[in-house]
Amino acid sequence: MSEPAISVHNLTKKFHDFVAVNKVSFEVGKGEIFGFLGANGAGKSTTIRMLCGLLSSTSGTATVAGYDINEQPEKVKANIGYMSQKFSLYDDLTVRENIRFFGGIYGLRRAELKERLDWVVEMAGLKGREDSLAVELAGGWKQRLALGCAILHRPKIVFLDEPTGGVDPVSRRNFWELINKLSEQGTTVFVTTHYLDEAEYANRIMLIQAGEIIAGGSPKELKETHIKNPILEVECDKVVMAMEILQRQDWVIETTIFGTYLHTSVADESEGRERIRQTLAENNISVKRMDRIVPSLEDVFIYLIEKGPQAGKAQVG
Amino acid sequence: MFKRIKPIIKKEIRQISRDRRTLAVLIFQPVFLLVMFGYALNFDVRHIAIAVYDEDKTEASRDFLNSFLHSEYFDLKYYLSSQSEINAMLDERKVWVVMVIPKNFSQKFLSGQEAKVQILVDGSNASQATTVAAYTNALVQSYSIKVLSDLFLRKRGMTLALPVDFRPRVWYNPELKSVKFLIPGLMAFILTITAVISTSLSVVREKERGTMEQIMVSPVKPVELIIGKTIPYVFMSLLTAYMILGIGYLLFDVVVKGSQFQLFFITLLYLFIALGAGLFISTLADTQQVAFQLSTIFGMLPTFLLSGFVFPIRNMPFAIQLVTMIVPARYFLVALRSIILKGSGIGAFWHQVVFLIVFGILINALSWVRMRKKRL
Ligand SMILES: Nc1ncnc2c1ncn2[C@@H]1O[C@H](COP(=O)(O)OP(=O)(O)O)[C@@H](O)[C@H]1O
Ligand SMILES: [Mg+2]
Repeated sequence: MSEPAISVHNLTKKFHDFVAVNKVSFEVGKGEIFGFLGANGAGKSTTIRMLCGLLSSTSGTATVAGYDINEQPEKVKANIGYMSQKFSLYDDLTVRENIRFFGGIYGLRRAELKERLDWVVEMAGLKGREDSLAVELAGGWKQRLALGCAILHRPKIVFLDEPTGGVDPVSRRNFWELINKLSEQGTTVFVTTHYLDEAEYANRIMLIQAGEIIAGGSPKELKETHIKNPILEVECDKVVMAMEILQRQDWVIETTIFGTYLHTSVADESEGRERIRQTLAENNISVKRMDRIVPSLEDVFIYLIEKGPQAGKAQVG
Repeated sequence: MFKRIKPIIKKEIRQISRDRRTLAVLIFQPVFLLVMFGYALNFDVRHIAIAVYDEDKTEASRDFLNSFLHSEYFDLKYYLSSQSEINAMLDERKVWVVMVIPKNFSQKFLSGQEAKVQILVDGSNASQATTVAAYTNALVQSYSIKVLSDLFLRKRGMTLALPVDFRPRVWYNPELKSVKFLIPGLMAFILTITAVISTSLSVVREKERGTMEQIMVSPVKPVELIIGKTIPYVFMSLLTAYMILGIGYLLFDVVVKGSQFQLFFITLLYLFIALGAGLFISTLADTQQVAFQLSTIFGMLPTFLLSGFVFPIRNMPFAIQLVTMIVPARYFLVALRSIILKGSGIGAFWHQVVFLIVFGILINALSWVRMRKKRL
């Protein structure tokens, strides 16, 4: 357990003048589920593609499974599985043919291939559909088949680039269960997502914005470091107006709209409750409900993203 | 190494066989083109009715006429005895063409001067007239005689004197060669289409779908991927090439006069270039549409227009002739025509072979460098 599965140091990628990934550093422990979070265009795919040896880095170093990504890309490849953002399968091949092909290029022997084929079909819930063309599969099945094809050769580390993009919520849940199982078996899982709510599934999270890491840690750490003040969830009418009013109060630390509610951060819970109720009442806004909530990671991220890149820098380690 | 190439070949063959539309195009295109080119020639301008007014009436003029009328393109219908009959011939549409051999023909011809004949073509159907005029010109010119062509317009007062350098162009087969001559060209053309377009599309399709990345993270090396991907297309292209030869034999009695081995070798060499070009295009294009356009512009069009397949190179403007020097199909065509039609050995076209080898190495090296740089 001493050596990390992935170790990244000042990794940078420039496309001409544009810096897509800017001096990113982090480590991923063996068997960890490592969540790499960021909005579209933040630089997640670029980072993952450098780590898989698909893209050369502009500067910085990284080792994957103990091998340098620039010096020993072949060794790196032998130890990783990669699932690209597009669930890349051959639409015009059947489930079985896809599995056989990827098994073939990974050099699996016949007996092993057969065993893995059964395993993938089982895992992806595709029993009886082995001879359907991949193009006929719905999102969730396609996604699990793509995962299966990426880990046929039992890699120690898997990179999953937005594996839950465009998939229905039930399939997303199922997929995270699969990822959990993999991790339990000792596989390191590096997974990117732009769904903030999915971050809770990860052991450790890095938040990337505009090519820079702005925060990192376990979900618990993130919440504790960044959200020290109580958060009150306020249900009231005229939410937008209410938010604007609260934002003007100097005793309100932070307030944002969450769905149809307000999340308001105050220094002290009971004093905050009183003041919110009073202030809104003065403006003819009636409060239906007010509860203290356990901050979700979304609260943390919204807080961090609003503060900008320098917000969490001190905590990145 | 082969262990990893095999699944790629298998996959590629599966995909080809499942893409019915492309497969149909690949199979029917050669047949269609061959029949179109072949029969267009054979039916359009055969047995043109011609009348001759031979003022010279010498052995030389008769000799010339014989050689001329010997082809199946012209049927001598009338032998005129006076100038006055000419107009009636054309007016009453008894013949398409009237040829006038002037009095001094043999004298000039035999003394090595420029002999002239006059050809009058019924111009009532302009496009056909052009075709006929072109055929007549071509046949006569093969006799190194200067022709004065006149399109004869039936309406009085509209008789059209043609400019001196009137050189009608005919779309198909302007050289008036038999269909046999087209088969090598067609082979080059179709090989270019199948090899360049299908390789570039098949690589770019993987880029589009993202499967290329999936392969690139596997232990498969780029060279293994390329070999695996191109082998099926080599076979398919060879199949097409021999299909053209087969059809040529069945429909037009074309037999390969030269060495089958040399034919196979030169075809393979050309495929090496075409596949290299396909790969090169796939390093430039990120979408199938762009790949297709590039293949058309840099593969199909030059092969059609600049290789000597349809338009003879020596009739092109000098600048264009220079451009044809870098069209590999031009050299392939010379070699193919030598082998298939003339039956000559490699001695007759080794220049071409050398050029093709150089070009093949260049284009493949170039695409290799680009591929490494981009990591596909
Ligand atoms: N090949 C490329 N050339 C130029 N810019 C690129 C290239 N690939 C990605 N980018 C840019 O880099 C940024 C990060 O992209 P990406 O890593 O794909 O983001 P994410 O995966 O987080 O959505 C984006 O602004 C994108 O436009
Ligand atoms: Mg991405």
